[in-house]
Amino acid sequence: MNYEVVGITVLWTFLYGYLIVASVDFGAGFFSYYTKRTKKNHLIHNIIQRYLSPVWEVTNVFLVFFFIGIVGFFPDTAYYYGTALLVPGSVAIILLAIRGSYYAFATYGAKESGLYNFLYGATGLLIPASLTTVLTISEGGYVVVEDGNVRLQYGELFGSLYSWGVVILAIVSVLFISASFLTYYASRAKDSNALELLRKYALIWSFPSIGMGVIVFFLLSKRNLGHFQNMMDIWWVFAISFVAFIIATYLIWNRRNYGTAFVMVMIQYFAAFFGYGASHLPYLLYPYLTIYDGFTNESMAIALIIAFIAGLLLLIPSLYLLMRLFLFDADYVEGKK
Amino acid sequence: MFLEYDPVLYSRILTALTLAFHVIFATIGVGIPLMIAIAEWMGIKRNDPHYTLMARRWARGFVVTVAVGVVTGTAIGLQLSLLWPNFMQAAGHTIGLPMFMETFAFFFEAIFLGIYLYTWDRFKSKLKHFLLVIPIVIGATASAFFISTVNAFMNAPQGFELVNGILTDVSPLSAMFNPATPTKISHVIITCYLTSSFILGAIAAINLLKGKNHVYHKKVLHLTMLSAAIFAIGTAVIGDLSGKYLHEYQPEKLAAAEWHFETEREAALILGGILTEDNEVRGAIKIPYALSILAGGTPDTVVVGLNDFPEEELPPLWIHYAFDVMVFIGMYLAAISILFVVMNWMKKWNAFNRPLLWAVFAGGPLSMLAIQSGWFFTEVGRQPWILNQVMTVAEGATTSQHVDIMLVVFAILYLVLGVTCVKVLRRMFKNNPVEHELEERGITHSGNRKAN
Repeated sequence: MNYEVVGITVLWTFLYGYLIVASVDFGAGFFSYYTKRTKKNHLIHNIIQRYLSPVWEVTNVFLVFFFIGIVGFFPDTAYYYGTALLVPGSVAIILLAIRGSYYAFATYGAKESGLYNFLYGATGLLIPASLTTVLTISEGGYVVVEDGNVRLQYGELFGSLYSWGVVILAIVSVLFISASFLTYYASRAKDSNALELLRKYALIWSFPSIGMGVIVFFLLSKRNLGHFQNMMDIWWVFAISFVAFIIATYLIWNRRNYGTAFVMVMIQYFAAFFGYGASHLPYLLYPYLTIYDGFTNESMAIALIIAFIAGLLLLIPSLYLLMRLFLFDADYVEGKK
Repeated sequence: MFLEYDPVLYSRILTALTLAFHVIFATIGVGIPLMIAIAEWMGIKRNDPHYTLMARRWARGFVVTVAVGVVTGTAIGLQLSLLWPNFMQAAGHTIGLPMFMETFAFFFEAIFLGIYLYTWDRFKSKLKHFLLVIPIVIGATASAFFISTVNAFMNAPQGFELVNGILTDVSPLSAMFNPATPTKISHVIITCYLTSSFILGAIAAINLLKGKNHVYHKKVLHLTMLSAAIFAIGTAVIGDLSGKYLHEYQPEKLAAAEWHFETEREAALILGGILTEDNEVRGAIKIPYALSILAGGTPDTVVVGLNDFPEEELPPLWIHYAFDVMVFIGMYLAAISILFVVMNWMKKWNAFNRPLLWAVFAGGPLSMLAIQSGWFFTEVGRQPWILNQVMTVAEGATTSQHVDIMLVVFAILYLVLGVTCVKVLRRMFKNNPVEHELEERGITHSGNRKAN
């Protein structure tokens, strides 16, 4: 493997990590708010708080990691995406800022506040929508370069079926991933009331998520035929994703093995996400930027990869400790600690 | 908008706004973990629950400021690419490494902060819980270290060749460890510690001034002022080294800070004063030889004056005021903290007298003002460059059309976040004062646990 592929694989893995942990977080915020409105909050409040409180800050780092890493490995992305994404990027920053700080204000502040909870819950669904703009414009046709100036075509972005398809896919996926994780967490906590409600949410959102996945898949053929054909070439990856989805829903439906079910959901998105990414290569921004012409110099690439390995040696044991204390510690999960 | 649309100007204002807001939270984000660690350690070593409670209360308030620090840090991280795409393209090639490592440090800190906050009563051994705060201190300080090397690089770029506008021969380590790095990072880190000590000290001072006579507040004040005195002395030493760095590598910044026009030996240091239209200094205190000594260690060091630089490469001369504010406050903080420590040491003197308490209290906001002034001085002082002598600010900026609207939106955001943060923090500690919490935890006035 050459450095370019190593670089993009590292970044893509972190983006996948963000996809999972952030989905759980965003969905949890939304469910928490929604159940508060429908007076069912007492059922799942504790589950959500117990999981989220120690990890909310870690979630954010996955995203920072990705966008700092991409500038390190592929500095030219800063030029293209940076210029084009000023407005959608700023919207995403503002939503993330409101969400992160109001989570802390609501959780650690001395008083319950309906407004804080609303801000925290509502932004959870808007952030995935604003972040997906990046994936949408990477397909080409939304960005033009004229006299060395990069411009985003807002009319094209808001008027295209594809971009709305991706937004809806992102939102329903967030709700599905989150509900299936929280179902598992509730089952570990032996909290049957929470389990029932969350299991219902997981099933409600499962079919829209797979349905939108299929729809977006075909909308892409209209948007970027080359990319679509590349995806067809590796159709089996998406078949794995589909099978994993079927197993996950089957297990949740039959009230068994919620842990395996969530692993299946992770495999479902892993296959789809990496299949999508691999078939997008070599383009980072079609048709202007490939991983080859936007790559950093060799000495920086080596330095980054070394830093990355050293960083992982530090992170993996720490993350393991975090999970052992808060995810796999039965007494903590059940609320005894 | 009242000004004509110019993406460079608006990008500069928006970046300044975001950084000025972020640095409030970043500074305490670096400093407070160390103070928490010291307090928890004292609690274990002296078996004094007052100190343990101190660590606990500080950690609780700290997490609220961390949230705002994290989100504004995310904002500046993304804004760099959004507002300065050309600069980031160049920066990615040269200093991608420390930026990348900063996120690792941040990651490390985030993981252990989550663990630390939720394991206060989980381990039997107190020492085990104390060990968890160490990675937080390391992570917080390491992220300050890495990100300051990026800023140091912008002041003293090296580790690459520029051939026809293309960066070649890049050496990431040499870019990271440039001449500005040692003084920059040590100054940043120690002033974060100093400021955090004073902010925590100010809270204790105001509680004592309000007549809360609990020994807890006195212990806080003693601990924070002793730390502050040490950090203030360190700051002064490093400040002197920073002057020597500027003399060597960025003489135009030093000259602008000191309104030093003529190149000469035995140059005087100028304190205060105002500059007239025709560049005459009025009403300033001149300390003979001091500038030469600051710059080179000897009175006969030749200090280059502003007249020797091309005019379009000079920073604005108002940075002198920012420089003075920083230096004066630094001396004030050193004087107050040392005075407190000495008076407290002399048993027959009362260090807890009202004037001194007021002076300590004032040190809290003043130290934050000094941080802001110092950053404005160093950042505006390298205008017109974004990469000193390599790339100008105008060359690095975005060409996008909507920076002015974004500026307004972000200004509103920071206002709302700032106000809510203060509101939440005040409510947190008002609703649960120390006296109440001590009683709740069964800790007696003298600092012993009640026998159950």
